[in-house]
Parts: sequence; C-alpha cells; structure tokens
Amino acid sequence: MNYETVIGLEVHAQLLTESKIFCGCSTEFGREPNHNTCPVCAGFPGVLPVLNKKVVEFAIKAGLATHCEIARSSVLARKNYFYPDLPKGYQISQYELPICTGGYLDLELNGAAKRVRLTRIHMEEDAGKNIHDAHGDASLVDLNRAGVPLLEIVSEPELRTAAEAGAYLRTLRTILQYLGICDGNMEEGSFRCDANVSVRPEGSETLGTKIEIKNLNSFKAVERAIEFEVERQIATLAEGGKLIQQTRLWDENREETRSMRSKESAHDYRYFPDPDLLPLVIDSQWINEVRAELPELPAARRGRLMSQYSLSDYDADLLTSRKDVADYFEAALKTHANPKILSNWIVGDLFRVLKERRLDEQFYIERWPIPAQHLAEMVQLIDQGKISGRIAKSVFEAMLDSGKAPWQIVSERGLEQVSDIGSIESAIDQVLAANAKQVAQFKSGNDKVFGFLVGQVMKATQGRANPKKVNELLREKLNAGV
Amino acid sequence: MKITREEVQRVALLARLRLTPEEESQLTEQLDHILGYMEKLDELDTSNVEPFSHAVDAVNAVREDIVTNRPNADALLANAPDRDATYFKVPKIIE
Amino acid sequence: MSLAALTLHEAGEKLRSRELSSVELTEAVFQHIAETDDKIRAYITLAKDAALEQARRADQQLMRNEITSPLLGIPLALKDNFLTCGLRTTCASKILGDFIPPYDATTVQKLRHAGAVISGKTNLDEFAMGSSAENSAFFPTRNPWNLQRIPGGSSGGSAAAVAADQCIAALGTDTGGSIRQPAACCGVVGLKPTYGRVSRYGIIAFASSMDQVGPLTKDVRDCAMLLEAIAGQDPADSTSVNRPVPRYTEALTGDVRGIRLGIPREYFVAGIQPEVEQAVRAAIRQLEKNGAVVEEISLPHTEFAVAVYYIVATAEASSNLARYDGMRFGHRAQAKDLTDTYMISRDEGFGAEVKRRIMFGTYALSAGYYDAYYLKAQRVRALIKHDFDEAFKRCDVIVTPTAPTTAFKIGEKTEDPLQMYLSDIYTISINLAGLPALSLPCGFDPDEMPIGMQIIGKHFDESTILRVAHGYEQATQWHKKKPKMEDR
Repeated sequence: MNYETVIGLEVHAQLLTESKIFCGCSTEFGREPNHNTCPVCAGFPGVLPVLNKKVVEFAIKAGLATHCEIARSSVLARKNYFYPDLPKGYQISQYELPICTGGYLDLELNGAAKRVRLTRIHMEEDAGKNIHDAHGDASLVDLNRAGVPLLEIVSEPELRTAAEAGAYLRTLRTILQYLGICDGNMEEGSFRCDANVSVRPEGSETLGTKIEIKNLNSFKAVERAIEFEVERQIATLAEGGKLIQQTRLWDENREETRSMRSKESAHDYRYFPDPDLLPLVIDSQWINEVRAELPELPAARRGRLMSQYSLSDYDADLLTSRKDVADYFEAALKTHANPKILSNWIVGDLFRVLKERRLDEQFYIERWPIPAQHLAEMVQLIDQGKISGRIAKSVFEAMLDSGKAPWQIVSERGLEQVSDIGSIESAIDQVLAANAKQVAQFKSGNDKVFGFLVGQVMKATQGRANPKKVNELLREKLNAGV
Repeated sequence: MKITREEVQRVALLARLRLTPEEESQLTEQLDHILGYMEKLDELDTSNVEPFSHAVDAVNAVREDIVTNRPNADALLANAPDRDATYFKVPKIIE
Repeated sequence: MSLAALTLHEAGEKLRSRELSSVELTEAVFQHIAETDDKIRAYITLAKDAALEQARRADQQLMRNEITSPLLGIPLALKDNFLTCGLRTTCASKILGDFIPPYDATTVQKLRHAGAVISGKTNLDEFAMGSSAENSAFFPTRNPWNLQRIPGGSSGGSAAAVAADQCIAALGTDTGGSIRQPAACCGVVGLKPTYGRVSRYGIIAFASSMDQVGPLTKDVRDCAMLLEAIAGQDPADSTSVNRPVPRYTEALTGDVRGIRLGIPREYFVAGIQPEVEQAVRAAIRQLEKNGAVVEEISLPHTEFAVAVYYIVATAEASSNLARYDGMRFGHRAQAKDLTDTYMISRDEGFGAEVKRRIMFGTYALSAGYYDAYYLKAQRVRALIKHDFDEAFKRCDVIVTPTAPTTAFKIGEKTEDPLQMYLSDIYTISINLAGLPALSLPCGFDPDEMPIGMQIIGKHFDESTILRVAHGYEQATQWHKKKPKMEDR
C-alpha cells in the first residue's frame, strides 16, 4: 500500500514591537527575570488589557503580503487553561473572528512551483517562561515574555513532504523579515513551528489521524521530525496498529518523536469573546495606509534583481533570501555597478564570515563587518586593474571590522598592482636570468614550465604584478628567443 | 438530571477546584436545580437575534506602541508565596 | 450631632470656610467607627494613620486656599474590591491572603489626587458575589436599622458605613444591583453609572461586561458630587468611554415638570412586599404632583433576566477568577504537585458561593454547552436591552422598586441559592443593558426597615436621573432619618 503524507504547519511569530500587546512593558530580550513585567502582563487583580495598535498593523501587513482577506470586524477572545506561565489563567487570542483568513504562499522547490493556502492569521499574546529550579523540586517562572505579541499563522494541510514543509517555512520567514515584523529566529524562539502530520492511503480523500509535533527548534528539525513521524505512522499502520490523535515531542538528541505525558485528554479552552476589549473594525482606509507601507516583497525583488541586473536564478535567490542581504547588495551597487562580481563576493566570502560569526540567522545589517560601500569600492579597484583578484582576498580580510576603506588598506600595505611595463619587464628579466634551466625546458617544448616562471615573477613582485601583463610580456620575451 | 456527578468532577478539574464527595453531591444537586431554571431561556426563539457582544458602542480602543512601564520586579514579587531572586517559585512543572 | 453625620456638601462647606479641619472631621469619623463598628462590622480594614496623614495634607491645602476638588479633606470609605496601593485588599476572600497591592485603582488615584481621605476598606460578599454581605469570608455586616438584618450586598459594608455615619460617603461596585440594593436596604442613596462611565481599572473583576463603580451617599447632592469626581475615560480601561463629564450638580434643579416616568408593569407583580409597592407608588404620585407624567410601559423580557445574568456573569467570573491560583500572590496551599496546589489553594481560598458560581460559569462555557447557555443567554440579553431601547422612546426615566422586599434576616436565604438570585430581579436587567440607575429611600415598612425606589435612565443620562431623584428627595424627609443601630 502506498501512503500519502498530509502536513499542516502552525507558526507562531514573535512581533518586533517596542512594547507588549496589551501593556506598556518593553519586549526587549535578555532582561533580568520579571524586569519587563507589570501588573497587567503579570495577571494581577483588577488589571485590564489595552491593545497595541502596531500589532494590528503588523497583522494587516502579514495578511496583505500573503494575499489574505483582512476581516472587517475581528474579535479578541479568551482561551482558558491553567499553567504557571499563563498568569491570567487565560491567553488573549482570537478564535471565531481572526484578523486574516484565506491567503497563500507560493513556494519553489527543485524548480517546481507550489501554492500552499493559509487557513488564518491571528493575533495573540505569548506566555512567560518556566525553567527548572537547580534543586529540582520546583520551577521558576519568568514573565518577561508574557504578553509579547505573536502572530499565529496556520496553513491548510496542503504540504506533502518534509522538504515542502522546509520550503514553506523558509518562504514565510523571509516574507516576515522583509516586512520587518519578525526576525524569524527559530533557535531563539522568535519563530516557532508546530507540525500536524497524518498519512492516508494514496488517492484517499479522507484525512488520517492527525498527530501534532512540538519542540521543533530549527528548520532541519522540522524536516527530520516530519520524516521520522511519517515513517513511524506508516510502520504502525502496516503492522495493523492504530494511531491515536495526540501531541508528540521531537527529541533532538535521540532523533525521534515521543508521546507527551498524558495531559487532559481533550483541551476544553472555553473560548469566549474577551469582554475587556472592544471589537476591532478595520476599514479600507486603514488597510490602504498599511498597504502603502509595504516594502517590495521577496518574490518581486528577486524577479526585479534578475531582470535589472541579469543575475542568475541561483544568485538572485541567495541575494534575496534575506532583506538585509538584498539591501546590502543594492546599496553596494550604488557605489559601483558590477552586480555579478559583487554578488560573488557577497554570497561567497561575506556569507562565509557571517556564518562563522553566527550572524547568518540574524538580520542586523549594522553588525555586518564590512560596509556595503567599501565592498563595492574594492570591486571597483579590481575592475580598474588597481588590484588583482588574489590581492583583493587579502584586502577583504583586512577590511573586516577595521572600518577602513579598501584604498586605505591598499596604500598602507603597498598592495597596489604593478602594471607598468618597465617594472614587470625588469622582474621578468631577473627571473629568466635566474632560471636558465626552466627557460631551456620551455624552449624545447615544455609548456607547463610557463606556469612556474609566472609564479616566480609574481613572487619577485610580492604578488603585485598584474598577472595578465606578466603573462603577456613573459610569453613575448620567451618567444622572442634569446 | 441535567448534570451528572461525573460532569461535576470534569468541570471541577477544568476549574481547578478540589471538591469533597459531599461538596460534589451538593453541587450536583444545586447546579441541576439552577440548570432547570435556566431552561426558561428555551421558551424564547432567538434564531434571528445577534448575541449581545459588547456593552459599549465604541470600537478600536488601541494604544501607541511606546514603552511606558518602568521595571519593578520587587514590587511585583512582594506578594509572591515563594520566590528565588527575581523569579516566581512555583511547584515543579512536569512537561 | 457628631461631625461624622455631616453630608459631603455640608462637610465640604465647613472645611472650605475653615469652620472645621479635615483632621477634626477625620478623627470624628474614626471615633464614631470605634463606637459603632463592633455592632455593624462594616469595615474589614481601617487606615487611621494614613487617613490622618492625608487629612493633614488636605488641611495644608485648605489653608492655602488651594481647593482643587469638592472632595478635598473628606473621609471616604472604599469597598474592599478596590485596589489601594500599600493598603491590604482582600475582596472579602481568604484567597488573597495578605495581599498588598503595588498600585492604585484609577478611581482611587482620582480620589487621592482630589485630596480625599480614605478611611478604610469595607466589607462585601466575597468577590462581590451575593446580595447580603453574608458571603464575606470574614464576617457578615449588619444593617444599622436592625442588627439582625442584612445590609444588602454585595456593597453591604459601604452602604452600612454610610448609613451609620462611619464615613462621609463611600464607593462601591454594582454588577447585578450591588450598589442599589444595599442602598435600598440601608436607606441611603446609591448610583450605578452607565457602563463605561467610570474606569474599572484596579477594581477586582467579577463580570467584566457589567461591573461598574459608583457612589453610596447620604443624599442625592453628595451622589452627584462624587460621580462628577470619578467619571471619565481612562486609557487603561478599553471599555471606558470618551464622553465629556457633565457637571452633574447642575442637574439638581428639583424641576421634574414634564419628565415622563415609565412604570414597567412587569415590576409590580406578585412576590413584591405590599409596603414596598405602596411606598414606591406613593413616591410616583409625589413626583406626579410636582409635574412629572406617568407612562405605563412594558419590559417583556424581564422574567428572563435572572437566567441571563447568572449565565453570563458566572461565565465571565469563572475566567476572571482563574488568576487566583496561588502562584504569584495570595494563598498557596502545601500540596504534592502543581495540579493539587492549584486545586487545594483555590478550594481553601474560595467560599461556597464563589465556588458555585465558578463551577456554573465554567460549565456554561464548556464544550458542548457554550451555544445552549452562554450564546443563548447573550442573545436574550440583546432582547432585554432592546426592551429598554423601546421603552425609552416613550419615557425619560423608568421608576421601579429597587428590591421586592426590605432587608431580610441574616441567615434567612442562605439555604437556597436560587432564591437569593431571584431577589435581584429588579436590578439585574439594568446591568445587562449597561444603563445607569439610582436607588434612594422612599419610605419604611412597619418594621422600620428602609424601602428603596429605583430610577433608571438612558445611557449616559445620569443627569436626568439625578434631577428626578433630587426633586423627590427635596419633597420628602426620608434622607434625614438616622438608624438606631439596635437589634430588634
């Protein structure tokens, strides 16, 4: 029997607002426990929530970028359950009337395009954090995160493979980054994903038993967990076993999903509209105001870079994978317009450095080690013949974090390419004189020794000689005979 | 009976209330009695009535995205039954 | 006569003319409390030292003639569901333990800013759930008119304190009648403003879509003054409304000519104590004599109000009270694990009535029952509101008894919760519709227990209510009578 996999993804994206969704506490990460809290987000007696306007704007942005319908009227609702990181004993979320519905993402996987529809996007508040006490007999609760705004983005169960799931997440994350509403960091928890996985016989219309997988902390984890779970489900069914609807946790170390300790069988959240908050009415004027603020989205930017700068698919993909990369690229182009070479330096050397410094998952352009203008100037020097490609590599390294312009480094270290005929000829003469044996070998037909001689000339000029000129002049001299 | 003892137990767990067996019996009886009274509402045909949703006519009560609160963990923790530095200390949570 | 017997406007005049100091007034009030609270038990917490400090500051302002508010230097009592910074707040429950709030309710901030003096926190039914103050976890408050009787609830302590001159005026909250009914029981004036008129921030929530803060006072003028001081939009309360606050005292013209009084036939049916009906009808005739016009109206869905209220209010309450879990404040029981800690803390901390309502509200919201109960109730609620909208096309205010009976004996109704709920029949619809309403004394029964008349107004039309109430009051002497504070 052949099985088909059905995957739906639920993403929680932490929003980049200054303050929390229902109170004026800061959302800044990394403060001492309970320093970003107040009676409102700590669920004290008598407090009341007041909705942060920016959260609504961000939700509208996300909805517009994913072609959703923005609800004219939407309602915030209480989701009731008891947990120490949920101070009010309920989470303010949205239930029957979410702010966005419908919508879709267009994915590209191995050259094939796929459209995945969204069920909904809604606003809600995050819970606090629990950590285990050192002695092991208690838990410690930090409510700094309680009340940080989240968008919950739910896909239709239209993904069919782990790879599609990965592509979906990457596409969604990039869109949210471009919008400037979420920094999409799975490891740090600002972009979280739960997967709903089921299998069914190929061709069947009914859905199989849906199993939820939690504790997925990276894109790779999502893909591996889905693969594991699909295998597990198929194996269970093949043996004649039954699958029960449940939540399973992904164990990163053991690389398997396991059943969670049984909680109450079915959660009865007793949703009802929050009487402390008023309905949200979003008119077309508001939507248009937000629409006017939308940046160029990834797909559009990719297309434009390809046509405007004749970049390949591959390069355009990499350059638009993050908005800050695309911004950096286009800023550099303003200084010196050699898109192909610039692109190579960015996706090659610069990406390597960012990865080494673990900055590849964050999108703070201020932390990049070389300003766009300087990288462009460096490429300009290459194009002007002032330095060779090889010398440029050392210039690049020297530019990292120094803040120095490439010209500065070239002149400080005397790296400027030697292009004047006189110096090169005199170097060549020296080398030929010192390597009579190799000259004789060349004359007798051994062309390979040419490379050695070029190398010697480069060495004699501390690598600064213009390689093209060296080639030219050396061949001339050798062919001219003695 | 409109409500059974099992339902009362389920609801008590949802509400995190411990009930003694006597309380369970008493509540089952009382809630049943009250639910009987609530059947009055079935006399009314409300199929064309929108539920009352908010007591004020206004909409869109929102605030600007500015940080207005100053950290004061000690004030917040002053009434905590148990604390550890600036954490609330609670019974162990088992995932 | 003790200075404590002064009304707010009388005391204010004397303070501003320097005939009296705030310290003298405050000390007189505390003296009177000391003499009477053994019998009445209106207060849970007294704040004498802080009060005298506030009084001294008020006196300094008065001496410099910096009269920022008519409340400057006036001792007021607050129901113990108002959060007061640095002053223990219990909500008459064990679950809050020795909770000392780190902040003030917005209304309390307003009072402090006005220079009022806070005498202390008054008793209530636990979490404002009740109509008799018998559900307090600590002790029942007694009606100053007869110490064997209830003062009404849930703002029983505030009403009793005002009636017994244990404060110059007080604040309470009203969710289903909790200001008006105790005002009627204790022979004082009590007003529930329009929902959204006064900030709810810092008031321990019971039913979020109905709770309102309001004054309990010795006469209508005091009520208007206090309302003026506390009304207004609060950015911290999304449900508070952006409407200008009228000078309510300007409505006290006494002129009721041409005002149409709607008399709902459903409020004058069997079950009402005969003397209550007589007194209210006599009061209506008095108003007619002074030029008001009577209109018979109908509020056909009145009989469904109790059912609607007890579903919606308990549903909201079951959610609002989830935060009382022993984790961050209040009582925490020693138990073997997290779930048990929740369950035992809440079992030990909540009284029987609170538990009953949490259970019922949880049930009404739970899967499978939400449509049949909560949603159904909210639909009927819309019908009830519609009744009032229609009625107000034909009248300016609606006049009814506040309660079907005068104050009953302590312990008389505690057996059958449903019986207790049914006694709220005249006040509850008003909360469901979000309307303003006031209760003031209109007579006494043969046992000398006060009878209250309720005047209901259109949304945000407290002015007309006050005008009618004042007009009636000035034509009578009920408000001048003082309780004897004895057992009878």
